[in-house]
Amino acid sequence: MTAPAAPRGHPGPPHTARSGVGVPQPVPILALAALAACAVLLPLAAILLAVPWSQAGALLTEQASLTALRLSLLTAGISAMICLALGLPLALVLTRTGFPGRSLLRAVILVPLVLPPVVSGLALLMTVGRRGILGPLLEQAGIQVVFTPAAVVLAQVFVSLPFTVLTLEGALTALGTDAERVAATLGASPATVLARITLPRLAPALLTGTILAFARSLGEFGATLTVAGSLEGSTRTLPLLIYLARESDVGSAAVLSLLLIVVALGVVLFAYARRPGGADGGRGER
Amino acid sequence: MTTDPRRTALAATSSLALAASLAACGGGASGGTSSASGGGSDAGGQETTLTVFAAASLTDVYEDINAEFEKAHPGVKIVMTNGGSNDLVTQISQGAPADVLATADTKNMDKAVEQQLISGEPTPFATNELTIAVQPGNPKQIDALSDLSNTDLKVVECASEVPCGTVTDKVYEKAGVTVKPVSEENSVTDVLGKVTSGNADAGLVYTTDVLRSGGKAEAVVIPEAEEFRSTYPIAVVKDSKNADLAQEYVSFMVSAPAQKDLQDAGFGAA
Repeated sequence: MTAPAAPRGHPGPPHTARSGVGVPQPVPILALAALAACAVLLPLAAILLAVPWSQAGALLTEQASLTALRLSLLTAGISAMICLALGLPLALVLTRTGFPGRSLLRAVILVPLVLPPVVSGLALLMTVGRRGILGPLLEQAGIQVVFTPAAVVLAQVFVSLPFTVLTLEGALTALGTDAERVAATLGASPATVLARITLPRLAPALLTGTILAFARSLGEFGATLTVAGSLEGSTRTLPLLIYLARESDVGSAAVLSLLLIVVALGVVLFAYARRPGGADGGRGER
Repeated sequence: MTTDPRRTALAATSSLALAASLAACGGGASGGTSSASGGGSDAGGQETTLTVFAAASLTDVYEDINAEFEKAHPGVKIVMTNGGSNDLVTQISQGAPADVLATADTKNMDKAVEQQLISGEPTPFATNELTIAVQPGNPKQIDALSDLSNTDLKVVECASEVPCGTVTDKVYEKAGVTVKPVSEENSVTDVLGKVTSGNADAGLVYTTDVLRSGGKAEAVVIPEAEEFRSTYPIAVVKDSKNADLAQEYVSFMVSAPAQKDLQDAGFGAA
Protein backbone atom coordinates (compact mmCIF):
# COMPACT_ATOMS: atom_id res chain seq x y z
CA MET A 1 0.00 0.00 0.00
CA THR A 2 0.96 3.64 -0.13
CA ALA A 3 3.44 5.08 2.34
CA PRO A 4 1.95 6.75 5.43
CA ALA A 5 1.28 10.45 4.92
CA ALA A 6 4.10 12.80 5.89
CA PRO A 7 3.85 13.84 9.55
CA ARG A 8 1.89 17.02 9.75
CA GLY A 9 2.24 19.76 12.33
CA HIS A 10 5.79 18.72 13.17
CA PRO A 11 8.50 20.75 11.52
CA GLY A 12 10.57 17.64 11.02
CA PRO A 13 13.35 17.32 8.48
CA PRO A 14 11.77 18.33 5.15
CA HIS A 15 13.33 15.57 3.09
CA THR A 16 11.43 12.87 4.97
CA ALA A 17 8.14 14.33 3.76
CA ARG A 18 7.11 13.59 0.20
CA SER A 19 8.03 16.63 -1.86
CA GLY A 20 5.16 19.08 -2.34
CA VAL A 21 3.13 18.02 0.69
CA GLY A 22 2.62 20.61 3.43
CA VAL A 23 4.17 23.61 1.71
CA PRO A 24 1.73 26.54 1.98
CA GLN A 25 0.90 28.14 -1.35
CA PRO A 26 -0.01 31.79 -2.05
CA VAL A 27 -3.74 32.51 -1.99
CA PRO A 28 -4.03 33.32 -5.73
CA ILE A 29 -2.52 29.92 -6.51
CA LEU A 30 -5.08 28.23 -4.25
CA ALA A 31 -7.91 30.18 -5.87
CA LEU A 32 -6.78 29.32 -9.39
CA ALA A 33 -6.24 25.70 -8.39
CA ALA A 34 -9.80 25.60 -7.07
CA LEU A 35 -10.99 27.14 -10.33
CA ALA A 36 -9.15 24.47 -12.28
CA ALA A 37 -10.64 21.76 -10.09
CA CYS A 38 -14.14 23.07 -10.51
CA ALA A 39 -13.73 23.29 -14.28
CA VAL A 40 -13.44 19.51 -14.17
CA LEU A 41 -15.67 18.76 -11.18
CA LEU A 42 -18.73 20.83 -12.11
CA PRO A 43 -19.48 19.01 -15.39
CA LEU A 44 -18.98 15.66 -13.65
CA ALA A 45 -21.33 16.80 -10.87
CA ALA A 46 -23.82 17.86 -13.54
CA ILE A 47 -23.88 14.28 -14.85
CA LEU A 48 -24.56 13.03 -11.32
CA LEU A 49 -27.48 15.45 -11.01
CA ALA A 50 -28.92 14.32 -14.35
CA VAL A 51 -28.99 10.65 -13.36
CA PRO A 52 -32.54 9.37 -12.76
CA TRP A 53 -31.54 7.31 -9.72
CA SER A 54 -34.86 5.45 -9.46
CA GLN A 55 -34.33 3.92 -12.92
CA ALA A 56 -30.56 3.64 -12.71
CA GLY A 57 -30.51 -0.01 -11.69
CA ALA A 58 -32.90 -1.09 -14.43
CA LEU A 59 -31.02 0.92 -17.08
CA LEU A 60 -27.65 -0.51 -16.08
CA THR A 61 -28.80 -4.11 -16.23
CA GLU A 62 -30.52 -3.71 -19.61
CA GLN A 63 -29.23 -6.12 -22.20
CA ALA A 64 -27.95 -3.34 -24.45
CA SER A 65 -25.97 -1.75 -21.60
CA LEU A 66 -24.38 -5.01 -20.50
CA THR A 67 -23.51 -5.96 -24.06
CA ALA A 68 -21.89 -2.58 -24.65
CA LEU A 69 -19.98 -2.71 -21.35
CA ARG A 70 -18.69 -6.20 -22.11
CA LEU A 71 -17.61 -5.15 -25.61
CA SER A 72 -15.94 -2.02 -24.23
CA LEU A 73 -13.98 -3.89 -21.57
CA LEU A 74 -12.96 -6.63 -24.00
CA THR A 75 -11.82 -4.36 -26.83
CA ALA A 76 -10.10 -1.91 -24.46
CA GLY A 77 -8.31 -4.84 -22.80
CA ILE A 78 -7.06 -6.17 -26.13
CA SER A 79 -6.08 -2.67 -27.22
CA ALA A 80 -4.12 -2.07 -24.01
CA MET A 81 -2.20 -5.32 -24.54
CA ILE A 82 -1.40 -4.34 -28.13
CA CYS A 83 -0.31 -0.88 -26.94
CA LEU A 84 2.03 -2.53 -24.44
CA ALA A 85 3.42 -4.97 -26.99
CA LEU A 86 4.02 -2.27 -29.59
CA GLY A 87 4.60 0.73 -27.35
CA LEU A 88 7.50 -0.80 -25.43
CA PRO A 89 9.69 -1.51 -28.48
CA LEU A 90 8.88 1.90 -29.88
CA ALA A 91 9.75 3.66 -26.61
CA LEU A 92 13.01 1.66 -26.39
CA VAL A 93 13.96 2.59 -29.94
CA LEU A 94 13.08 6.24 -29.34
CA THR A 95 15.10 6.52 -26.12
CA ARG A 96 17.93 4.01 -26.54
CA THR A 97 18.91 4.33 -30.17
CA GLY A 98 19.98 7.25 -32.30
CA PHE A 99 18.91 7.53 -35.91
CA PRO A 100 18.14 10.41 -38.25
CA GLY A 101 14.56 11.64 -38.02
CA ARG A 102 14.08 10.33 -34.51
CA SER A 103 12.50 13.53 -33.15
CA LEU A 104 10.28 13.75 -36.21
CA LEU A 105 9.12 10.16 -35.71
CA ARG A 106 8.50 10.93 -32.06
CA ALA A 107 6.39 13.96 -32.96
CA VAL A 108 4.37 12.02 -35.54
CA ILE A 109 3.69 9.20 -33.06
CA LEU A 110 2.14 11.77 -30.72
CA VAL A 111 -0.13 13.31 -33.37
CA PRO A 112 -3.19 11.15 -32.51
CA LEU A 113 -3.19 12.85 -29.08
CA VAL A 114 -4.21 16.14 -30.65
CA LEU A 115 -6.17 14.95 -33.70
CA PRO A 116 -9.94 15.48 -33.71
CA PRO A 117 -11.47 11.99 -33.39
CA VAL A 118 -13.23 12.22 -36.72
CA VAL A 119 -9.88 12.86 -38.44
CA SER A 120 -8.44 9.75 -36.77
CA GLY A 121 -11.46 7.81 -38.02
CA LEU A 122 -11.13 9.12 -41.56
CA ALA A 123 -7.41 8.35 -41.59
CA LEU A 124 -8.12 4.78 -40.52
CA LEU A 125 -10.93 4.46 -43.06
CA MET A 126 -8.55 5.62 -45.78
CA THR A 127 -6.15 2.91 -44.61
CA VAL A 128 -8.31 -0.19 -44.11
CA GLY A 129 -11.56 0.80 -45.87
CA ARG A 130 -12.57 -0.79 -49.17
CA ARG A 131 -10.98 2.08 -51.05
CA GLY A 132 -8.21 2.55 -48.49
CA ILE A 133 -4.53 1.98 -49.21
CA LEU A 134 -4.66 -1.50 -47.64
CA GLY A 135 -8.24 -2.11 -48.82
CA PRO A 136 -7.53 -4.24 -51.92
CA LEU A 137 -4.90 -6.24 -50.02
CA LEU A 138 -7.27 -6.98 -47.15
CA GLU A 139 -10.06 -7.88 -49.56
CA GLN A 140 -7.81 -10.38 -51.37
CA ALA A 141 -6.91 -11.94 -48.06
CA GLY A 142 -10.60 -12.08 -47.19
CA ILE A 143 -10.12 -9.90 -44.13
CA GLN A 144 -12.94 -7.56 -43.25
CA VAL A 145 -11.94 -4.78 -40.85
CA VAL A 146 -14.53 -2.01 -41.25
CA PHE A 147 -17.77 -2.71 -39.33
CA THR A 148 -16.09 -5.40 -37.15
CA PRO A 149 -14.70 -5.42 -33.59
CA ALA A 150 -11.24 -5.39 -35.23
CA ALA A 151 -11.98 -1.84 -36.38
CA VAL A 152 -12.91 -0.91 -32.82
CA VAL A 153 -9.55 -2.22 -31.57
CA LEU A 154 -7.73 -0.52 -34.43
CA ALA A 155 -9.27 2.85 -33.55
CA GLN A 156 -8.49 2.37 -29.85
CA VAL A 157 -4.85 1.42 -30.50
CA PHE A 158 -4.41 4.39 -32.83
CA VAL A 159 -5.48 6.90 -30.18
CA SER A 160 -4.06 5.10 -27.11
CA LEU A 161 -0.59 4.12 -28.28
CA PRO A 162 0.83 7.63 -27.74
CA PHE A 163 -0.11 7.41 -24.05
CA THR A 164 1.84 4.18 -23.60
CA VAL A 165 4.83 5.44 -25.59
CA LEU A 166 4.90 8.76 -23.69
CA THR A 167 4.74 7.02 -20.31
CA LEU A 168 7.46 4.50 -21.14
CA GLU A 169 9.63 7.11 -22.82
CA GLY A 170 9.46 9.34 -19.74
CA ALA A 171 10.35 6.45 -17.43
CA LEU A 172 13.19 5.22 -19.66
CA THR A 173 14.69 8.70 -19.80
CA ALA A 174 14.40 9.05 -16.01
CA LEU A 175 16.01 5.63 -15.45
CA GLY A 176 19.02 6.64 -17.46
CA THR A 177 21.41 4.27 -19.19
CA ASP A 178 24.17 3.94 -16.55
CA ALA A 179 23.12 0.54 -15.23
CA GLU A 180 22.55 -0.74 -18.76
CA ARG A 181 26.01 0.42 -19.85
CA VAL A 182 27.66 -1.20 -16.87
CA ALA A 183 25.88 -4.49 -17.57
CA ALA A 184 26.95 -4.31 -21.21
CA THR A 185 30.61 -3.70 -20.31
CA LEU A 186 30.41 -6.72 -18.03
CA GLY A 187 29.50 -8.77 -21.09
CA ALA A 188 25.70 -8.93 -20.93
CA SER A 189 24.04 -9.25 -24.33
CA PRO A 190 21.42 -6.63 -25.35
CA ALA A 191 18.68 -9.17 -24.67
CA THR A 192 20.05 -9.90 -21.20
CA VAL A 193 20.35 -6.18 -20.45
CA LEU A 194 16.73 -5.70 -21.51
CA ALA A 195 15.40 -8.67 -19.56
CA ARG A 196 17.53 -8.37 -16.41
CA ILE A 197 18.15 -4.62 -16.07
CA THR A 198 15.73 -2.46 -18.08
CA LEU A 199 12.41 -4.30 -17.82
CA PRO A 200 12.43 -4.97 -14.05
CA ARG A 201 13.12 -1.33 -13.34
CA LEU A 202 10.51 -0.29 -15.90
CA ALA A 203 7.75 -2.41 -14.36
CA PRO A 204 5.78 0.41 -12.69
CA ALA A 205 5.80 2.44 -15.90
CA LEU A 206 4.77 -0.62 -17.93
CA LEU A 207 1.75 -1.00 -15.68
CA THR A 208 0.88 2.71 -15.80
CA GLY A 209 1.33 2.90 -19.57
CA THR A 210 -0.90 -0.12 -20.13
CA ILE A 211 -3.59 1.12 -17.78
CA LEU A 212 -3.62 4.57 -19.36
CA ALA A 213 -4.01 2.95 -22.77
CA PHE A 214 -6.88 0.89 -21.39
CA ALA A 215 -8.57 4.00 -19.99
CA ARG A 216 -8.14 5.96 -23.19
CA SER A 217 -9.42 2.99 -25.22
CA LEU A 218 -12.46 2.74 -22.99
CA GLY A 219 -13.39 6.33 -23.80
CA GLU A 220 -12.63 6.15 -27.53
CA PHE A 221 -15.60 7.34 -29.54
CA GLY A 222 -15.18 9.42 -32.68
CA ALA A 223 -12.73 7.26 -34.57
CA THR A 224 -14.70 4.14 -33.67
CA LEU A 225 -17.93 5.65 -34.99
CA THR A 226 -16.25 6.53 -38.27
CA VAL A 227 -14.32 3.34 -38.98
CA ALA A 228 -16.33 0.67 -37.13
CA GLY A 229 -19.90 1.91 -37.29
CA SER A 230 -22.33 1.11 -34.51
CA LEU A 231 -23.98 -2.28 -34.07
CA GLU A 232 -25.05 -3.89 -30.82
CA GLY A 233 -22.75 -6.71 -29.75
CA SER A 234 -20.27 -6.08 -32.52
CA THR A 235 -19.06 -2.48 -32.58
CA ARG A 236 -21.38 -0.50 -30.28
CA THR A 237 -19.12 0.22 -27.31
CA LEU A 238 -20.32 2.08 -24.22
CA PRO A 239 -19.49 5.58 -25.55
CA LEU A 240 -21.36 4.81 -28.79
CA LEU A 241 -24.34 3.51 -26.82
CA ILE A 242 -24.33 6.74 -24.78
CA TYR A 243 -24.23 8.78 -27.97
CA LEU A 244 -27.24 6.86 -29.27
CA ALA A 245 -29.15 6.80 -25.96
CA ARG A 246 -29.05 10.57 -25.65
CA GLU A 247 -31.11 10.82 -28.87
CA SER A 248 -34.12 9.41 -27.10
CA ASP A 249 -33.46 9.62 -23.37
CA VAL A 250 -30.93 11.95 -21.74
CA GLY A 251 -31.49 10.23 -18.39
CA SER A 252 -30.32 6.84 -19.58
CA ALA A 253 -27.37 8.51 -21.32
CA ALA A 254 -26.46 10.04 -17.94
CA VAL A 255 -26.63 6.67 -16.17
CA LEU A 256 -24.37 5.05 -18.76
CA SER A 257 -22.03 8.06 -18.60
CA LEU A 258 -21.80 7.62 -14.86
CA LEU A 259 -20.87 3.97 -15.36
CA LEU A 260 -18.08 4.98 -17.74
CA ILE A 261 -16.87 7.71 -15.36
CA VAL A 262 -16.73 5.29 -12.43
CA VAL A 263 -14.74 2.72 -14.44
CA ALA A 264 -12.41 5.43 -15.79
CA LEU A 265 -11.91 6.93 -12.33
CA GLY A 266 -11.00 3.54 -10.88
CA VAL A 267 -8.53 2.89 -13.66
CA VAL A 268 -6.87 6.31 -13.42
CA LEU A 269 -6.67 6.14 -9.61
CA PHE A 270 -5.05 2.73 -9.87
CA ALA A 271 -2.54 3.99 -12.45
CA TYR A 272 -1.55 7.17 -10.63
CA ALA A 273 -1.45 5.68 -7.14
CA ARG A 274 1.61 3.77 -8.35
CA ARG A 275 3.22 6.60 -10.20
CA PRO A 276 5.24 8.43 -7.52
CA GLY A 277 7.13 5.27 -6.59
CA GLY A 278 8.31 4.71 -10.13
CA ALA A 279 9.28 8.32 -10.69
CA ASP A 280 11.12 8.57 -7.35
CA GLY A 281 13.11 5.47 -8.17
CA GLY A 282 14.18 7.12 -11.39
CA ARG A 283 15.15 10.34 -9.69
CA GLY A 284 17.16 8.49 -7.08
CA GLU A 285 19.40 7.07 -9.78
CA ARG A 286 20.81 10.40 -10.83
CA MET B 1 -5.00 16.37 18.92
CA THR B 2 -2.81 19.40 18.48
CA THR B 3 -3.74 21.96 15.90
CA ASP B 4 -1.11 23.65 13.87
CA PRO B 5 -2.10 27.31 13.37
CA ARG B 6 -0.57 27.25 9.91
CA ARG B 7 -2.73 24.29 8.93
CA THR B 8 -5.84 26.05 10.21
CA ALA B 9 -4.98 29.20 8.32
CA LEU B 10 -4.27 27.16 5.23
CA ALA B 11 -7.58 25.36 5.53
CA ALA B 12 -9.43 28.63 6.03
CA THR B 13 -7.82 30.38 3.09
CA SER B 14 -8.22 27.40 0.83
CA SER B 15 -11.92 27.02 1.63
CA LEU B 16 -12.36 30.75 1.06
CA ALA B 17 -10.52 30.49 -2.20
CA LEU B 18 -12.66 27.52 -3.17
CA ALA B 19 -15.85 29.41 -2.44
CA ALA B 20 -14.58 32.44 -4.33
CA SER B 21 -13.58 30.44 -7.35
CA LEU B 22 -16.79 28.42 -7.30
CA ALA B 23 -18.62 31.70 -7.46
CA ALA B 24 -16.28 32.75 -10.22
CA CYS B 25 -17.10 29.52 -12.03
CA GLY B 26 -20.79 30.30 -12.02
CA GLY B 27 -20.30 33.99 -12.66
CA GLY B 28 -17.84 33.32 -15.43
CA ALA B 29 -20.22 30.96 -17.17
CA SER B 30 -23.19 33.30 -17.16
CA GLY B 31 -20.99 36.26 -18.06
CA GLY B 32 -19.68 34.32 -21.03
CA THR B 33 -23.14 33.49 -22.31
CA SER B 34 -24.47 37.00 -22.08
CA SER B 35 -21.46 38.54 -23.77
CA ALA B 36 -21.66 35.91 -26.50
CA SER B 37 -25.31 36.61 -27.27
CA GLY B 38 -24.71 40.34 -26.99
CA GLY B 39 -21.85 40.06 -29.44
CA GLY B 40 -24.10 38.19 -31.83
CA SER B 41 -26.67 40.95 -32.12
CA ASP B 42 -24.17 43.81 -32.15
CA ALA B 43 -21.79 42.17 -34.58
CA GLY B 44 -23.13 43.68 -37.80
CA GLY B 45 -23.61 47.25 -36.57
CA GLN B 46 -26.98 48.15 -38.14
CA GLU B 47 -27.44 44.66 -39.52
CA THR B 48 -30.12 42.47 -38.02
CA THR B 49 -29.03 38.90 -37.43
CA LEU B 50 -31.56 36.11 -37.80
CA THR B 51 -30.44 32.84 -36.26
CA VAL B 52 -31.89 29.79 -37.98
CA PHE B 53 -31.59 26.32 -36.42
CA ALA B 54 -32.18 23.84 -39.23
CA ALA B 55 -32.00 20.04 -39.54
CA ALA B 56 -28.77 18.74 -41.08
CA SER B 57 -30.55 17.61 -44.27
CA LEU B 58 -31.58 21.22 -44.95
CA THR B 59 -28.02 22.61 -44.83
CA ASP B 60 -27.32 22.90 -48.56
CA VAL B 61 -30.75 23.99 -49.75
CA TYR B 62 -31.05 26.56 -46.95
CA GLU B 63 -27.84 28.20 -48.06
CA ASP B 64 -29.54 29.04 -51.35
CA ILE B 65 -32.82 30.02 -49.72
CA ASN B 66 -31.04 32.19 -47.14
CA ALA B 67 -29.17 34.05 -49.86
CA GLU B 68 -32.48 34.82 -51.58
CA PHE B 69 -34.07 35.95 -48.31
CA GLU B 70 -31.11 38.21 -47.53
CA LYS B 71 -31.35 39.72 -51.00
CA ALA B 72 -35.03 40.49 -50.43
CA HIS B 73 -34.32 41.90 -46.97
CA PRO B 74 -31.35 44.28 -47.09
CA GLY B 75 -29.62 44.62 -43.74
CA VAL B 76 -30.59 41.13 -42.64
CA LYS B 77 -27.90 38.56 -42.06
CA ILE B 78 -28.86 34.92 -41.51
CA VAL B 79 -26.72 32.77 -39.28
CA MET B 80 -27.50 29.09 -39.65
CA THR B 81 -26.84 26.27 -37.19
CA ASN B 82 -27.30 22.75 -38.50
CA GLY B 83 -27.55 19.51 -36.60
CA GLY B 84 -29.74 16.58 -35.76
CA SER B 85 -33.29 17.77 -35.04
CA ASN B 86 -33.13 16.32 -31.55
CA ASP B 87 -29.89 18.18 -30.79
CA LEU B 88 -31.32 21.45 -32.07
CA VAL B 89 -34.38 21.16 -29.82
CA THR B 90 -32.15 20.30 -26.85
CA GLN B 91 -29.92 23.29 -27.56
CA ILE B 92 -32.87 25.68 -27.73
CA SER B 93 -34.33 24.25 -24.50
CA GLN B 94 -30.93 24.92 -22.87
CA GLY B 95 -31.13 28.55 -23.92
CA ALA B 96 -29.30 28.63 -27.26
CA PRO B 97 -30.27 31.89 -29.00
CA ALA B 98 -32.38 30.93 -32.02
CA ASP B 99 -35.05 32.81 -33.95
CA VAL B 100 -36.30 30.03 -36.23
CA LEU B 101 -36.38 26.25 -35.86
CA ALA B 102 -36.82 23.83 -38.78
CA THR B 103 -36.79 20.11 -37.96
CA ALA B 104 -36.70 17.01 -40.14
CA ASP B 105 -39.74 15.46 -38.54
CA THR B 106 -42.88 16.43 -36.68
CA LYS B 107 -41.88 14.39 -33.61
CA ASN B 108 -39.03 16.69 -32.65
CA MET B 109 -41.05 19.81 -33.47
CA ASP B 110 -43.85 18.46 -31.24
CA LYS B 111 -41.26 18.10 -28.50
CA ALA B 112 -40.29 21.76 -28.92
CA VAL B 113 -43.96 22.78 -28.83
CA GLU B 114 -44.51 20.68 -25.70
CA GLN B 115 -41.59 22.40 -23.97
CA GLN B 116 -43.13 25.76 -24.93
CA LEU B 117 -40.11 26.76 -27.00
CA ILE B 118 -42.21 27.72 -30.04
CA SER B 119 -44.53 30.64 -30.65
CA GLY B 120 -47.63 29.88 -32.70
CA GLU B 121 -48.21 26.83 -34.89
CA PRO B 122 -45.39 25.16 -36.84
CA THR B 123 -45.76 25.34 -40.62
CA PRO B 124 -45.07 22.20 -42.69
CA PHE B 125 -43.00 23.24 -45.72
CA ALA B 126 -41.40 20.12 -47.22
CA THR B 127 -41.42 16.33 -47.23
CA ASN B 128 -38.74 13.73 -47.73
CA GLU B 129 -38.82 10.06 -48.56
CA LEU B 130 -36.68 7.08 -47.64
CA THR B 131 -34.62 5.62 -50.46
CA ILE B 132 -31.80 3.11 -50.94
CA ALA B 133 -28.44 4.73 -51.60
CA VAL B 134 -26.16 2.43 -53.60
CA GLN B 135 -22.73 2.72 -55.22
CA PRO B 136 -22.66 4.65 -58.51
CA GLY B 137 -23.73 2.33 -61.32
CA ASN B 138 -25.44 0.02 -58.81
CA PRO B 139 -22.79 -2.74 -59.09
CA LYS B 140 -24.67 -5.07 -56.72
CA GLN B 141 -27.86 -4.68 -58.79
CA ILE B 142 -30.09 -3.72 -55.93
CA ASP B 143 -33.56 -3.08 -57.33
CA ALA B 144 -35.89 -3.41 -54.37
CA LEU B 145 -35.96 -3.38 -50.61
CA SER B 146 -36.21 -7.20 -50.57
CA ASP B 147 -32.74 -7.42 -52.18
CA LEU B 148 -31.27 -6.02 -48.96
CA SER B 149 -32.07 -9.19 -47.02
CA ASN B 150 -29.12 -10.81 -48.84
CA THR B 151 -26.57 -11.17 -46.05
CA ASP B 152 -23.64 -10.86 -48.46
CA LEU B 153 -24.53 -7.20 -48.84
CA LYS B 154 -23.20 -4.66 -46.37
CA VAL B 155 -26.25 -2.61 -45.47
CA VAL B 156 -26.08 0.45 -43.22
CA GLU B 157 -29.12 2.14 -41.74
CA CYS B 158 -30.15 4.57 -39.03
CA ALA B 159 -30.65 3.26 -35.49
CA SER B 160 -34.27 2.94 -34.35
CA GLU B 161 -33.69 5.71 -31.80
CA VAL B 162 -33.34 8.43 -34.45
CA PRO B 163 -36.07 9.66 -36.83
CA CYS B 164 -34.64 8.12 -40.02
CA GLY B 165 -34.37 4.79 -38.18
CA THR B 166 -37.98 4.94 -37.08
CA VAL B 167 -39.03 5.42 -40.70
CA THR B 168 -36.71 2.61 -41.82
CA ASP B 169 -38.33 0.19 -39.35
CA LYS B 170 -41.81 1.14 -40.56
CA VAL B 171 -40.86 0.70 -44.21
CA TYR B 172 -39.28 -2.72 -43.51
CA GLU B 173 -42.42 -3.79 -41.70
CA LYS B 174 -44.67 -2.61 -44.50
CA ALA B 175 -42.56 -4.44 -47.09
CA GLY B 176 -42.25 -7.53 -44.89
CA VAL B 177 -38.46 -7.47 -45.23
CA THR B 178 -35.88 -8.45 -42.61
CA VAL B 179 -32.47 -6.86 -43.03
CA LYS B 180 -29.35 -7.51 -40.98
CA PRO B 181 -27.37 -4.27 -41.17
CA VAL B 182 -23.62 -4.09 -40.49
CA SER B 183 -24.10 -0.78 -38.72
CA GLU B 184 -26.87 1.34 -37.23
CA GLU B 185 -25.83 4.96 -37.37
CA ASN B 186 -27.03 8.05 -35.53
CA SER B 187 -27.70 10.14 -38.63
CA VAL B 188 -28.39 9.84 -42.35
CA THR B 189 -25.17 11.75 -42.94
CA ASP B 190 -23.21 8.94 -41.29
CA VAL B 191 -25.15 6.32 -43.28
CA LEU B 192 -24.49 8.13 -46.55
CA GLY B 193 -20.82 8.54 -45.63
CA LYS B 194 -20.42 4.77 -45.31
CA VAL B 195 -21.89 4.35 -48.82
CA THR B 196 -20.01 7.18 -50.54
CA SER B 197 -16.72 6.00 -48.98
CA GLY B 198 -17.37 2.64 -50.63
CA ASN B 199 -17.50 0.65 -47.41
CA ALA B 200 -21.22 -0.14 -47.48
CA ASP B 201 -23.09 -1.58 -50.47
CA ALA B 202 -26.38 0.05 -49.56
CA GLY B 203 -27.66 2.57 -47.08
CA LEU B 204 -31.15 3.72 -46.19
CA VAL B 205 -31.24 7.50 -46.46
CA TYR B 206 -33.55 10.23 -47.73
CA THR B 207 -33.95 11.10 -51.40
CA THR B 208 -32.38 14.51 -50.82
CA ASP B 209 -29.28 12.95 -49.27
CA VAL B 210 -28.52 11.02 -52.44
CA LEU B 211 -28.90 14.21 -54.50
CA ARG B 212 -26.54 15.97 -52.06
CA SER B 213 -23.88 13.33 -52.57
CA GLY B 214 -23.11 14.78 -56.01
CA GLY B 215 -22.89 11.49 -57.88
CA LYS B 216 -21.06 9.51 -55.22
CA ALA B 217 -24.22 7.49 -54.60
CA GLU B 218 -27.27 6.51 -56.61
CA ALA B 219 -30.87 6.20 -55.42
CA VAL B 220 -33.08 3.12 -55.73
CA VAL B 221 -36.70 4.09 -55.14
CA ILE B 222 -38.65 2.21 -52.46
CA PRO B 223 -42.36 2.16 -53.41
CA GLU B 224 -43.28 1.12 -49.86
CA ALA B 225 -41.71 4.31 -48.48
CA GLU B 226 -44.21 6.68 -50.00
CA GLU B 227 -46.77 6.48 -47.23
CA PHE B 228 -44.06 7.12 -44.62
CA ARG B 229 -42.91 10.42 -46.05
CA SER B 230 -41.55 12.60 -43.28
CA THR B 231 -42.77 16.16 -42.97
CA TYR B 232 -40.46 19.10 -42.22
CA PRO B 233 -42.06 21.78 -40.03
CA ILE B 234 -40.66 25.27 -39.42
CA ALA B 235 -41.60 27.66 -36.60
CA VAL B 236 -40.68 30.89 -34.82
CA VAL B 237 -38.83 30.35 -31.55
CA LYS B 238 -40.67 31.84 -28.59
CA ASP B 239 -37.66 33.72 -27.17
CA SER B 240 -36.77 35.27 -30.53
CA LYS B 241 -35.86 38.97 -30.30
CA ASN B 242 -36.74 39.36 -33.98
CA ALA B 243 -40.10 37.62 -33.99
CA ASP B 244 -41.53 39.63 -36.91
CA LEU B 245 -38.56 38.96 -39.12
CA ALA B 246 -38.56 35.30 -38.04
CA GLN B 247 -42.23 35.05 -39.04
CA GLU B 248 -41.38 36.53 -42.43
CA TYR B 249 -38.69 33.89 -42.84
CA VAL B 250 -41.17 31.15 -41.98
CA SER B 251 -43.65 32.53 -44.53
CA PHE B 252 -40.88 32.81 -47.10
CA MET B 253 -40.31 29.05 -46.79
CA VAL B 254 -43.71 28.28 -48.32
CA SER B 255 -43.35 30.94 -51.05
CA ALA B 256 -42.78 29.91 -54.67
CA PRO B 257 -39.02 30.70 -54.88
CA ALA B 258 -38.16 28.76 -51.73
CA GLN B 259 -40.39 25.85 -52.72
CA LYS B 260 -38.64 25.67 -56.09
CA ASP B 261 -35.24 25.44 -54.38
CA LEU B 262 -36.56 22.72 -52.09
CA GLN B 263 -37.96 20.71 -54.97
CA ASP B 264 -34.73 21.08 -56.93
CA ALA B 265 -32.97 19.58 -53.93
CA GLY B 266 -35.33 16.59 -53.97
CA PHE B 267 -37.81 17.60 -51.30
CA GLY B 268 -41.52 17.04 -51.85
CA ALA B 269 -44.20 19.67 -51.35
CA ALA B 270 -45.87 19.52 -47.94
